[in-house]
Amino acid sequence: MGLEAKLQQDGFITTTIDSIIAWARKSSVWPMPMGISCCAIEMIAAADPKYDLARFGSEVMRFTPRQCDLMIVAGTVTYKMAQVVRRIYDQMPEPKWVIAMGACTSSGGMYRSYSVVQGIDQFLPVDVYTAGCPPRPENLINAVMTIQQKISKTRARDFQDQPFDNTIITNN
Amino acid sequence: MEMKELIVEKLKKNFGEFVQEVTDFRNDLSITIASNKIVDVAKILKEDPELEFVMCKDVTAIDWATRKNRFTVVYHIYSFKNNITLRIKANIAEESPAIESVTSVWPSANWYERETYDMYGIVFKNHPDLRRMYMPEGFQYHPLRKEFPVLGIPGSLPLPGKI
Repeated sequence: MGLEAKLQQDGFITTTIDSIIAWARKSSVWPMPMGISCCAIEMIAAADPKYDLARFGSEVMRFTPRQCDLMIVAGTVTYKMAQVVRRIYDQMPEPKWVIAMGACTSSGGMYRSYSVVQGIDQFLPVDVYTAGCPPRPENLINAVMTIQQKISKTRARDFQDQPFDNTIITNN
Repeated sequence: MEMKELIVEKLKKNFGEFVQEVTDFRNDLSITIASNKIVDVAKILKEDPELEFVMCKDVTAIDWATRKNRFTVVYHIYSFKNNITLRIKANIAEESPAIESVTSVWPSANWYERETYDMYGIVFKNHPDLRRMYMPEGFQYHPLRKEFPVLGIPGSLPLPGKI
């Protein structure tokens, strides 16, 4: 029984504001492609016709943070780059989610080095970690689906009183 | 081989005892010179019509940790005319390591010297713009020095603020 069948019967459906807003949010998660290194190639592959991230409503890679809901951090984040990543994250409107794609973003990966941040959760609130070096596109799609599950559990009022925070942190 | 002998001969004629060591390991000619003569040597090698080492391919350094002259600055230069890559080395002391910049001879040395300064803390005197290359401004250490820990010094690099 799909939506079309419902419309043919009665012409209306009953639902709650919370669930329909959550449904709309989770079906149009626009990613901010923070492609910093090789993981970006797999992220592009996930959006191509073979893997087709559009099936989940996430094909609209926006290169401005102001139009994004989901930041996919795909690549090694150095301490110098961390300032930039956080600055872009701060410019995304609420509500927003973060995927740490790959070993480097999750834990520093093979770069156990002075210049690389050992896990971006030191400065970003990460929702989903993705294993792999780099993760296959299926793995990224799985991460997006996990984000969708997380969004479907949210209520509209969870975010209603959060004004857009446009104070950009300059902590150099 | 004739060409290499000519290079060494010319340098020895011009600089005498300032040419400290000449090795030719596996056909790589390497000449160690006194560090205070680096710009003069560079000028001769570039401007001599028979040599014409017009391209500076790399400037880097070695930290020997325990030697009296702790650092060695290494220059790789190339002559299109003779198809020879030449390595010039200059040993410098640990105490406030500094050497004259060769940017006046090879402008391409600009960023190489900045990188070497960033990683080893070697000051290139009369460099037009001696800022750090990779590490952020205000970072206090030089990561490729032997005493610097691989994982860095905690708190020395700032992360962005609130979560």
